[in-house]
Amino acid sequence: MTRGERIVFKSGRVVDSRGERVADVAVEGGVVVEVGEQLSGSRTIDAAGCVVAPGFVDLHAHLREPGKEEAETIETGSRAGAKGGYTALVAMPNTDPPQDSVAVIDFVREQGKRAGLLEVVPSGCITLGRQGETLAPMAELAAAGVRIFTDDGNGVQDELLMRRAMEYAKGLGVTLAQHCEVATLTKGAVMNECQCCTSLGLPGWPSIAEELMVFRDIELARLTGARVHFLHLSTARSVELVRAAKRDGLPITAEVTPHHLSLDETRLTTFDTVFKVNPPLRSLADIAALRAGVVDGTIDALATDHAPHPRRDKELTLDQAPPGMLGLETALGVALGVLDVSLTQLVRIMSIHPAQIAGIDDRHGRDIESGAPANLVVFDPNATWQVVPESLASKSRNTPYVGMTLRGKVRHTIYNGEFTVFDGEAQR
Amino acid sequence: MKHLRSIDELGYDGVVRLLELTRHMVEINARPVPKVPALRGKTVVSLFFEDSTRTRLSFETAAKRLSADTMTFSVSTSSVNKGESLRDTIETISDMGVDAFVVRHKSTGTPWQISEWTNASVVNAGDGWHQHPTQALVDCFTVRQALGIERFDGLTLTIVGDIKHSRVARSNITAFSMLGANVVLVAPPTLLPPDVAHWPVTVSHRLDDVLARTDMLYMLRLQSERMSQGHVPSLREYGETFGLDAARAAKLPATAVIMHPGPMNRGVEMLVDPSALPNSLIHQQVANGVAVRMAVLFDLLAGESSTAYLASVAS
Repeated sequence: MTRGERIVFKSGRVVDSRGERVADVAVEGGVVVEVGEQLSGSRTIDAAGCVVAPGFVDLHAHLREPGKEEAETIETGSRAGAKGGYTALVAMPNTDPPQDSVAVIDFVREQGKRAGLLEVVPSGCITLGRQGETLAPMAELAAAGVRIFTDDGNGVQDELLMRRAMEYAKGLGVTLAQHCEVATLTKGAVMNECQCCTSLGLPGWPSIAEELMVFRDIELARLTGARVHFLHLSTARSVELVRAAKRDGLPITAEVTPHHLSLDETRLTTFDTVFKVNPPLRSLADIAALRAGVVDGTIDALATDHAPHPRRDKELTLDQAPPGMLGLETALGVALGVLDVSLTQLVRIMSIHPAQIAGIDDRHGRDIESGAPANLVVFDPNATWQVVPESLASKSRNTPYVGMTLRGKVRHTIYNGEFTVFDGEAQR
Repeated sequence: MKHLRSIDELGYDGVVRLLELTRHMVEINARPVPKVPALRGKTVVSLFFEDSTRTRLSFETAAKRLSADTMTFSVSTSSVNKGESLRDTIETISDMGVDAFVVRHKSTGTPWQISEWTNASVVNAGDGWHQHPTQALVDCFTVRQALGIERFDGLTLTIVGDIKHSRVARSNITAFSMLGANVVLVAPPTLLPPDVAHWPVTVSHRLDDVLARTDMLYMLRLQSERMSQGHVPSLREYGETFGLDAARAAKLPATAVIMHPGPMNRGVEMLVDPSALPNSLIHQQVANGVAVRMAVLFDLLAGESSTAYLASVAS
């Protein structure tokens, strides 16, 4: 988009927090300038049948830089995100070095700007080195712009330390995002503790290891008043606990991943390490409860837990292979396939709510109206496409959806008024 | 048959075929020169990522008696310790020209992963807590031979001990059930898998309650680390509660047979000298191990000529 160019998306289904309506959307100078009918511009793009929505925001992306650039870089991860319709990604802090210092936070943000494909929003560590022993310099990191803190990959095990973190976070007005896993209950675990793991003789990851920490942190949030976000919830009982906490008016939010909504524990009967993920794929009953949680609003956000791993790491044995799977480029198609929700609700969980939780709702997840920053996605909710690993923008290939046909295809992604993806192709 | 990875994959017909074939191999082993040229020119690689003495020696002896060439890959001297991926290891060895991999690994599923990366046959010699199919074939064959029967209808197999961490138990439950046996598992709940209710077995936590109705008693090895992991308070208490002593052996029916996959923990699960037990099949299990593994390698590798060859050795 050249300077002064006025682009009009014609006759799209405009979806935001206010619902859905057919309209033209005009973008100029990095902002939405007009929404209405019969708009004209220097360039018009037919969006008939497509959804025009605020760009997606992912609360949970492992971009692997710095430290594991063999798996992904901030640039390749950003490109994968843009192709998935995202205009902002929260970068998880389990990098090497970890995101527990201003220097690393600044580096991650700057690399994001250099790639220029979307906004990379660094999260900060709750504890130094994600070791669960000493608080990270949260005030310094908050002053450097960090709004969300997590030790993702690890849960904060120590109850006292978590209480202190919450008290401290409340003073800073930031959110703590917990990876819920009581580590002593999951030592060596490879898959859900279930009928399958009994027969396969694989060490089981019991649901209660997640639920105990969800319960603990709900009660600590009740005590401290801190804002707590639960990462990648995977069990029916976790959803129930969050539902009850919200009923009590606690400042709790929660996310679920596309894979926990779509794939069940029996996938591991093929011993394919691509299906090893943490928390593990669960039962059909858990999947149903997670979907119901999205439908009734208990679950606020869809988050990918995009976790790239190079081929050689996933070609280890099941006990040694690292957990995690790709998610950015398939999230929309999976969500449309498995969730029985309106497009408005879809946009809430993929854009509006995650932007609020990440503290970036001044520029993402905004209603599409004059003056809003032009961070937009245009997708065709009915177009189908096949997942071919070789054509993914991510540097890694560990997608669990190989060969599957997904419905819902991103046509264009617009970040700060520029096309980062046009007609399905990344623009840089 | 291309691979032998689990009793389930082998199926009833496969189990029966291999048990029949084993009888011919026992006959070969009884000859003054127990060696035949059936697999001349074939190469069998033992790939043991976990310590094993008897299973590895048993496979290597079996391969040699069929005149196959053998190679041994041991993890302590290999480049696996230098960070080589499992796939690279398999592809490198495959490039040397290999007909079968005999694999033991502490991780469930490794034989399935390996069979994706090589054209050679894969024999599972134990993967994690999952499967040990040749041990189950050995045990079924040993009972058939000892009791002079082909099926186990109406008989009760009682497996005692650390079921949760046992690939032997998982393979034997399937194999003995296929041949008609009722299976009873005896263990404290800490040594049972989490969802055992879905298995075709009955469960007891008291050994003394089931001995009188046991036809085949199978004692599993209890590894000492189960104590440090909190599965049992002490090896002494385990032995008192679930060990086989003379008093318990006396409660078995006179015809009941006793098995153990070895190596035994004397003083833990075995509180009596097994050679003092009249119906112990423990030595036969080891002896039959070679014949069963000969049958397996022959079935996998002899190919087209196997039927004709079998006819000639059987005559």
